Amino acid sequence: MTTVLSATILAALACYSLAMVLTLVRLLRGPSAQDRVLALDFLYVNGMLVMLVLGIRFASSMYFVAALLIALFGFVSSAALAKFLLRGEVIE
Amino acid sequence: MSGTLPLWVEVLVALLLLASGALCVTAAVGFLRLRDFFQRMHPPALANTLAAWCAALASVIYFSVLDAQFALYPLVINILLAITAPVTTVLLARAALLRKREAGAAVPPPLHDDSGAHG
Repeated sequence: MTTVLSATILAALACYSLAMVLTLVRLLRGPSAQDRVLALDFLYVNGMLVMLVLGIRFASSMYFVAALLIALFGFVSSAALAKFLLRGEVIE
Repeated sequence: MSGTLPLWVEVLVALLLLASGALCVTAAVGFLRLRDFFQRMHPPALANTLAAWCAALASVIYFSVLDAQFALYPLVINILLAITAPVTTVLLARAALLRKREAGAAVPPPLHDDSGAHG
């Protein structure tokens, strides 16, 4: 791993962190509940991308499994929250 | 371990990662600055599609060269996102429509302001 790639990985992680902070502002400030659910979904996607980049950083494919799990749980939680907003209950 | 990768591979992976990070920041800024919820539904699609594709392609190239064999498994994430993101979007849009109509708002807004001009 040369300095080019490690510096780029640091820059990409900084970009993801900045995106997560901006999304967190929307999550805390969001005027309605659906804004907060959407911000949570976006946070999940950002965390998944962080996991992918960390997998490149440490040259390990185990991070890919973590990214896949984060994507899966993000979808399940977002769908459950959206269903709750739609119907008032998750499982009917 | 250092120096095992050719330079063009590192540059390619670096460019893809930079593009992914920049796209994510763009999506987050748009998500923060747009005014309406239905406008705010659009920026996360940028991270769901383009940023995730860039990161996964960088991962594919890096691990393919590192292990000297095709490593296509990061594309599974893109397949998963391509299936799940529209479902989440449609569910959230329907929830937002219902909640805004219950609150008394006239959503979605009309396409034209000149009412009555079109039959």
